[in-house]
Amino acid sequence: MLELNKDNFDNEVLESDGVVVVDFWSESCDPCLELMPEVEKLAEEYGDKAKFAKLNIKGNRRLAMKQQVMGLPSIVFYVDGEKAEHLSGDDLEPADIEATLNELLG
Amino acid sequence: MSEVYDLLIVGGGPAGLSSAIYGSRSKLKTLVLESKSKMGGQVADYHEMENYPGVVETTAPELVESFEEHAKKFGTEFAKGEVQELELDGFIKTVKTKKGEEYQAKSIVLATGAEPRKLGCEGEAEFKGKGVSYCATCDADFFEDLHVVVVGNGNSAIEEAIYLTKFAAKVTIIVIHEEGKMDAEKLFQERAYANDKIEFVWNSTLKEVKGEGIVETAVLKNVKTGETTELDCDGIFIFIGRVPSTDFLEDTNVQLTEGGYIKADEDMKTTVPGVYAAGDVREKVVRQVVTAAGDGATAAVMAQSYLEAEEHWRDNVLKTDKQVVVAFWNPTQDESLNTLQDIEELGIEADENKKLVKIDTYRNRLITNRYNITKVPTVLIIESGEEVERVENPTEEELAGLLK
Ligand SMILES: Cc1cc2nc3c(=O)[nH]c(=O)nc-3n(C[C@H](O)[C@H](O)[C@H](O)COP(=O)(O)OP(=O)(O)OC[C@H]3O[C@@H](n4cnc5c(N)ncnc54)[C@H](O)[C@@H]3O)c2cc1C
Repeated sequence: MLELNKDNFDNEVLESDGVVVVDFWSESCDPCLELMPEVEKLAEEYGDKAKFAKLNIKGNRRLAMKQQVMGLPSIVFYVDGEKAEHLSGDDLEPADIEATLNELLG
Repeated sequence: MSEVYDLLIVGGGPAGLSSAIYGSRSKLKTLVLESKSKMGGQVADYHEMENYPGVVETTAPELVESFEEHAKKFGTEFAKGEVQELELDGFIKTVKTKKGEEYQAKSIVLATGAEPRKLGCEGEAEFKGKGVSYCATCDADFFEDLHVVVVGNGNSAIEEAIYLTKFAAKVTIIVIHEEGKMDAEKLFQERAYANDKIEFVWNSTLKEVKGEGIVETAVLKNVKTGETTELDCDGIFIFIGRVPSTDFLEDTNVQLTEGGYIKADEDMKTTVPGVYAAGDVREKVVRQVVTAAGDGATAAVMAQSYLEAEEHWRDNVLKTDKQVVVAFWNPTQDESLNTLQDIEELGIEADENKKLVKIDTYRNRLITNRYNITKVPTVLIIESGEEVERVENPTEEELAGLLK
């Protein structure tokens, strides 16, 4: 999965066409570490239909907050650069992510 | 699927891991099923750990990691899966996960702990991930130099509020009780009062969360006056107690309290034979790592003695074609010792259709209780698994009759 930071975020996400899925995470967030491999699986499965990326909030806190992300884990979906959906919480299931993705892919 | 575990533990927190250590060290084939990919339960989600006896300097995640390592050392197996359904009738029990995997076991320890209680106020769900949080270690980073509100006043709330002061500029604790009163233990209260970054709002609760996309305002309600006030803040952490994780037990005979905790006695026995409860999920007063670990140990030891008694009974009494003479005795009861000796002298087993089984009522509570043995000595005659005769305090003639 593509690693995002403040240098490439605009270009890869906000100026990107189609669906982009961003996994916001950090080392100290256990639920995030649990979810990551599941998101990676989805990235493999849906890689040709959507772009998958991750953002470590360590050092990128302001960037995350600008995207109105203030809690982990957070999975944010963008469509043509517009924020379309934000899923969050330690009870977030891979199935929820997949369902939202399918909805947005139409 | 073909494997049958001696001991299957649901939940990999301190209670489950402690049970696993005791179980696998006693050579029980032991499996821990944990829904999360990381072991440790609640303990993986906070930092400070100051009261685990014998471990002076440690952190919560460090401590529970060594629990896991300790269980692995004795050969505990681990699997990932959220248990959703249990079939507990019969000696071999079946455990099913949400994903459909099935496991079989002869005894089960339920150690599923508890999860954070939701407040249920307006905006709480909407702002999850946008400033409303239940996990300080997950989200503290966001609030560097900002103002956060902590709702709650128990140990966890005050401990986490103190932790958050390492990041936030200011932490306001919302306490539902009158000024000066908190549920947290004194030590935490004193630390909170001494902390410059902590302020309190008393007699109050969170009524609503507001903001444009992210949390901006906590609407507080004074429970005495009914008055509402608005407090500008960047984040809201909610620590108002926990609820036991026992939804998956609804269709079983494991009895729960009104609050959803598992009813178990001091031997950790639930209302289903061979099924034990340990840790925060059990109805009890003190919920700590050390008490969870204690529960886990007791549960595993009880499970082991259950297995021994049950398997011994099955193999020697229920699965034989012979007529079985069962002598219940107790080493502290002289009369029962004499009777036992008399029975042994009869040489019952010279008859190839007969068999003698001795049960020490002190050690084997399971079978003693199952057959309602209230006196020793008592002799039962069992044929094809059924009780056909019972003699309490048998006379010599009655004993001789056993040879018929
Ligand atoms: C913020 C905070 C601070 C604390 N500070 C301290 C302290 O300083 N000292 C102290 O001694 N105690 C402290 N405690 C309390 C202590 O953490 C708990 O008492 C302890 O974790 C209880 O252990 P447990 O194994 O019973 O349950 P838990 O730790 O809750 O573990 C239960 C496990 O079961 C799993 N599970 C649940 N349902 C299922 C299912 N259906 N299938 C499979 N797995 C499932 C869960 O994922 C979890 O991993 C604190 C608690 C909190 C929240």
